[in-house]
Amino acid sequence: MRYLPLTPEDRQAMLAKIGVDSIDDLFVDVPAEARLPGPIPDLAAHQPEMLVERDLTRMAKRNMAAGEHPFFLGAGAYRHHVPASVDHLIQRGEFLTSYTPYQPEIAQGTLQYLFEFQTQVARLLGMEVANASMYDGSTAMTEAVFMARRITRRGKTILSAGVHPHYVRAAETLCRFTGDRLDVRPPEPARSDVAELIARIDDDTSAVVVQNPDAFGHVADLTGLAEAAHAKGALLIVVVTEVVSLGLLKSPGEMGADIVVGEGQSLGVGLLFGGPHLGLFACNSKHVRQMPGRLCGETVDADGRRGFVLTLSTREQHIRREKATSNICTNSGLMSLAFSIHMTLLGEKGLRHLAELNHARACEAADRLAAVPGVEMLTPRFFNEFALRLPVPARKAVRDMAEMGVLGGVSAARLYPGQPDLENVLLVAVTETASSSDIEALVRALQHVVTQ
Amino acid sequence: MSMMSEGRPTQPLAGAGHSVATFTGNRALMLEEPLIFESGSAEVTGVDLEPVPAHASRLGGLERKGAIGLPGLAEGEAVRHYTRLSRQNYGIDLGLFPLGSCTMKHNPRLNEKVARLPGFADVHPLQPQDTVQGALELIHELAEWLKALTNMPAVAMAPKAGAHGELCGMLAIRAAHEARGDARSVVLVPESAHGTNPATAAFCGYRVESIPADARGRVDTAALLARLGPDVAAVMITNPNTCGLFEPDLKRISDAVHAAGGYVYCDGANFNAIVGRVRPGDLGVDAMHINLHKTFSTPHGGGGPGSGPVVFSEALAPFAPLPFVVEEGGRLHLVEEESASAENHGQSFGRMSAFHGQMGMFVRALAYIKSHGADGLRQVAEDAVLNANYVLRSLDDLLSAPFGDSGPCMHEALFDDGFLKDTGVTTLDVAKALIDEGFHPMTMYFPLVVHGAMLIEPTETESRARLDEFIASLRGLAEAARAGDAGRFRTAPHFAPRSRLDETRAARSPVLAWTPAQTAE
Repeated sequence: MRYLPLTPEDRQAMLAKIGVDSIDDLFVDVPAEARLPGPIPDLAAHQPEMLVERDLTRMAKRNMAAGEHPFFLGAGAYRHHVPASVDHLIQRGEFLTSYTPYQPEIAQGTLQYLFEFQTQVARLLGMEVANASMYDGSTAMTEAVFMARRITRRGKTILSAGVHPHYVRAAETLCRFTGDRLDVRPPEPARSDVAELIARIDDDTSAVVVQNPDAFGHVADLTGLAEAAHAKGALLIVVVTEVVSLGLLKSPGEMGADIVVGEGQSLGVGLLFGGPHLGLFACNSKHVRQMPGRLCGETVDADGRRGFVLTLSTREQHIRREKATSNICTNSGLMSLAFSIHMTLLGEKGLRHLAELNHARACEAADRLAAVPGVEMLTPRFFNEFALRLPVPARKAVRDMAEMGVLGGVSAARLYPGQPDLENVLLVAVTETASSSDIEALVRALQHVVTQ
Repeated sequence: MSMMSEGRPTQPLAGAGHSVATFTGNRALMLEEPLIFESGSAEVTGVDLEPVPAHASRLGGLERKGAIGLPGLAEGEAVRHYTRLSRQNYGIDLGLFPLGSCTMKHNPRLNEKVARLPGFADVHPLQPQDTVQGALELIHELAEWLKALTNMPAVAMAPKAGAHGELCGMLAIRAAHEARGDARSVVLVPESAHGTNPATAAFCGYRVESIPADARGRVDTAALLARLGPDVAAVMITNPNTCGLFEPDLKRISDAVHAAGGYVYCDGANFNAIVGRVRPGDLGVDAMHINLHKTFSTPHGGGGPGSGPVVFSEALAPFAPLPFVVEEGGRLHLVEEESASAENHGQSFGRMSAFHGQMGMFVRALAYIKSHGADGLRQVAEDAVLNANYVLRSLDDLLSAPFGDSGPCMHEALFDDGFLKDTGVTTLDVAKALIDEGFHPMTMYFPLVVHGAMLIEPTETESRARLDEFIASLRGLAEAARAGDAGRFRTAPHFAPRSRLDETRAARSPVLAWTPAQTAE
């Protein structure tokens, strides 16, 4: 077995040193009826590297890879070009095969990139402090709802119609058990619901959660919402699922957000069939002790040299146990590194350029698609994603386009089952990876499926 | 001194250059590296993008004004920045990483290669299911392996890490109690448990009660059984436990918990010790998470991403979260909200996160499992346990093993700081001195049930020669401490990129992001 270095002679010598006759003598604490006499039957035996690779490659080939087709899916996971150096660097063994930096003297590489990552994320979101990352955007949002409750000591959270439905469901699952009350607004494909949210804030409102750009692509000014929330003693939580938008859009912090959470997979990470992705979490300094997750901070070593450590861990489970701010233990370490490297390669200039390119491509696609007979554009103000109402059910349209080799978007029905008014709604995301000929292919495919 | 004909010396002078201060602060291959905020510039970029076509903005006047403050580096400088940072890290690729409870074993590179195949890495989670049958096949096959290895009838693949898996298991337990109208408020957790156990139970709204350990390092079975009653929803138990010992009474405990109407949650962090030799389903467990990044060697990546599938008993299976994969007429189907119905999974407690789980980790874990097979996985457990016992018995005459007399350990060897009594040297000091010896330290001060704990988990991928080197080093340090050489410990590490860092200062006046003033200081 290629990963196991002990030889039979080693094993015998080691058993002798231990003072037992056989390996079974080391498993004596296992009750006899639970001891397996040999390998579990009906399971395959070990295989050479070549055969494992062959088998997994066969499985991989059964999937339509996004890069081999005109591709327009978004809805919380966006396809961007990731520079080759990102994947090279995250595969350096000192990053890939290291652990949580609990021994900071020999983990300054991880700690310094986390400090840089935290700073990049805080600046991008317009906040003072970001943590070292969460599992993904959806779990980060649920944690933000709980954090707001700890700060305000109020029980109700209002969720905008534009929050990604998976994020809403993840929050609903936990709130069912924690007793936090959620006021979930029904989906509104054709407009942002910011005005209605303001009207719903009351004295028991802990926070209002709003996504920008929202699940149907709408971008909105949240300044008035922030002011209205603050006037009632509530917090504004802003969700960002497409961080590239922040190369162009006003940041949540500038608009008055108290907590900002996001999904960072757009930079460095990739699609990965949905995971691992990268949860972003930021707030202002005054609330940092209520924050979940790991934080890296600056300090000095015994010789006065700058260095970094994990800090404020008295919030965390390994110290506080049942009194911790969250049960989270890991962060999304390697994904935060990928994000940070990609951001460093882009720099501010590159990020702005990338965002502009996304917006321009999306504008081109939107104009072309809106001109298809029977297709109605539902998102007047957008970044790189918008909603269309088709004259036919979108779910079938998506399947039919896939058969034509075009991955043409996400049907709203998949995300919002049981909503007849959304049956015909198609979500289309257009990034820098979509060429004009890809857009042309999408227009033709859509023309075909709506006239069938 | 011998010279080349050009006059260049070809032999070194004895002891040259040892205490020279350099002008750069660098020490040859040990290179200092500034922050990107100090070395980069907002005007520099390391990417070339296509020109932006003319377009009329649809942003509705929400454009950013002013600078964001994100420096860029040209590609070569960026590669150098992160390469230099990487060299300040210790990793498994460098050497022994005996971090107890964390299972730092070799990360096979085949797994990295296959995880990057475009058919897995470049696939969107919401593509039509007919376009991702291979991805669903992979999830399904991994799920089948996990069920077979644990003898459990169901598995939830969605949880994103071990602690998220604990949450998954405890939510299923709450949902199961609620479904039969049985409100229960208490979860029993042994005091040796990982901190995530009580944190998770509290997160789910339970009151946590601690159960003591007995003199042999196991949960006090009598105390646990005495506490069972109609208010106890579940027992969370780690097996093998965090002292590195198998809980021999688990089946008896499970039967009693079930009889009292509760469920048994098993923390599977230490599954590596028993995979292929013991199936938790045979011990009466109702739910257990499996850290794919531990037992199945997906890389720890400096603190994540993890992946924590949860296996369920028949009793809890109906409450498993969405989504999951089922086979219907030769085609694999991902059951999401849309297709979940009262008939198939109406009792599911719902969704825990966006999309379908940590696919990238699933690919690596399946490659690992297929490479080992049923026979190799059993060998994994045996070699992991053999290596740990070898370390235990090679050190227990000199170090103090609190449960060393109670028989063999499983995959990790536990010592306390009794052998350091009156030496002025602490567990922390020993850990830092090990850094100078070229090792990553063991887990320290955990579990909490022994004083100054040192928890050593060598794993099965260490050779006997590596173990002997580590053992000799630790013996040398123990002897030095006992001989009164406390000085070498207190200032350790001496040869790491940094000496000991001031954690108090970091927490007292937190600096969590870079600001320009810092450089000016």
